[in-house]
Amino acid sequence: MEKYSIFNLVKKAFSNHQNWDLAWKDPTPKKEYDVVIIGGGGHGLATAYYLAKEHNITNVAIIEKGWIGGGNVGRNTTIIRSNYMYDENALFSEFGMNLWRKMSQDLNYNVMFSPRGIINLAHSDAQMNVYARRGNSMRLNGIDAELLNREQVREIIPMADFSENVRFPIFGGLMQPSAGTARHDAVAWGYARQADSMGVDIIQNCEVTGFDVSGGKIKGVRTSRGDIKVKKIGLCVAGSTNILAEKLNMTVPIETHLLQACVSEPVKPVLDRVVTFGAGHFYISQSDKGEMVMGGDLDGYNSYAQRGNLPTLQHVLTEGIAMMPFLSKLKMLRTWGGIMDMSMDGSPIIDKTHIEGLYLNCGWCYGGFKATPASGWTFAHTIAQDRVHELNAGYSLNRFNSGQLLDEKGLGTKTWIS
Amino acid sequence: MLYIKCPHCGWRSQNEFSYGGDASVIRPELNKKVSDQDWDNFVYNRKSLRGKHWELWQHLSGCRQWIKVERDTATHEIFNTLKANEDIS
Repeated sequence: MEKYSIFNLVKKAFSNHQNWDLAWKDPTPKKEYDVVIIGGGGHGLATAYYLAKEHNITNVAIIEKGWIGGGNVGRNTTIIRSNYMYDENALFSEFGMNLWRKMSQDLNYNVMFSPRGIINLAHSDAQMNVYARRGNSMRLNGIDAELLNREQVREIIPMADFSENVRFPIFGGLMQPSAGTARHDAVAWGYARQADSMGVDIIQNCEVTGFDVSGGKIKGVRTSRGDIKVKKIGLCVAGSTNILAEKLNMTVPIETHLLQACVSEPVKPVLDRVVTFGAGHFYISQSDKGEMVMGGDLDGYNSYAQRGNLPTLQHVLTEGIAMMPFLSKLKMLRTWGGIMDMSMDGSPIIDKTHIEGLYLNCGWCYGGFKATPASGWTFAHTIAQDRVHELNAGYSLNRFNSGQLLDEKGLGTKTWIS
Repeated sequence: MLYIKCPHCGWRSQNEFSYGGDASVIRPELNKKVSDQDWDNFVYNRKSLRGKHWELWQHLSGCRQWIKVERDTATHEIFNTLKANEDIS
């Protein structure tokens, strides 16, 4: 594989950039693989990459119904953070932060990781107390956290509404300075290119139609492009987990919901942080192109439609304007939707299943993008070693049975309440 | 915008309703022995069908009654609505 570098860029300029190698091949599926990853999103591609890199397992195929990076890895708001209170979430996410920091070098692909910091705004004394507690928990786990008062927040984001008689005055905020954003498509393409170069087959436009299971073991997978014999399958299809689980006669603690995001027209640099509204559910950052990237609540009912409805969008943007009134002057450029695996405690599942050779990676709710490297790394470990790593031990499937839930937000099982 | 026919009030916009989840989930009977699996299925496990899906909605800003709605989860088309005490045929 040719290296992406300034020298190669100059060299290829002489031939008008017409003779670059393809970033990944378009192979026809083989009859047999050691491992098949179902789902060519960020997590699936990362899993295949770490299987090859960390465990020398390269007889691997990624099967994707559409095209790689066409699902949630291409639809999210690109926020990367590890500002969690619970140990399981904090340590897992911070492990991921370390992978993010060196990802561009590791993949030889500029993922444009931008650790610009995230600020969660607080709008009451009680919320400041909660943030102080979360910040302290983060610091105990080695994650950077700073509690900001109103004046400190005003210095960083003066465009927020600091006027006197507002419904939700800004009391302060919790900042994780090392959090940030990355170019989401580049993450998918970078992992795909490296996985492909190590021998992984990326098979697109290939739908899984069924599974061959006998004696409690995975024997193969049936696809629209033929049957494939396989020893191990990694299911990595957040957003469609319920559909594939049904083909395996499994029920999972997941509901599939719809989440929208949107961007405004591009404007000059105004916001150099990620900011979240504390009196509702709204988050915003500015892309390198200048668009304001915004998102918020789920639409709130089960859905497999990758498009949203206006009432939720209006609600979310009302919160945005309450937080930063200048947003009302901007025109909307694009809105879109993605389908979320909403797990019943808000935390993901990376685990073995009752079927030998079948591994499950799902339930990412609306926090899947930031977890891409850590999810791929731990899922690859779980598949290769046939046991969970201590980092994903808390993300077990049977925690719903044993009662050891990871209910970070304390919302219970009503996933549509966000 | 979803447009839902409340069996009590008639056609109303989505904004008046709040969602209550899968209507086919049935709570295990009281005062009888319940297996862990049955309880899990009631509390956590969901089919989350793609296609026609019976679900509960509450007409929160209207008559405040709970109703059952049959809706397609892929197209959002609504086929049928029932009062909460009417059985899904």
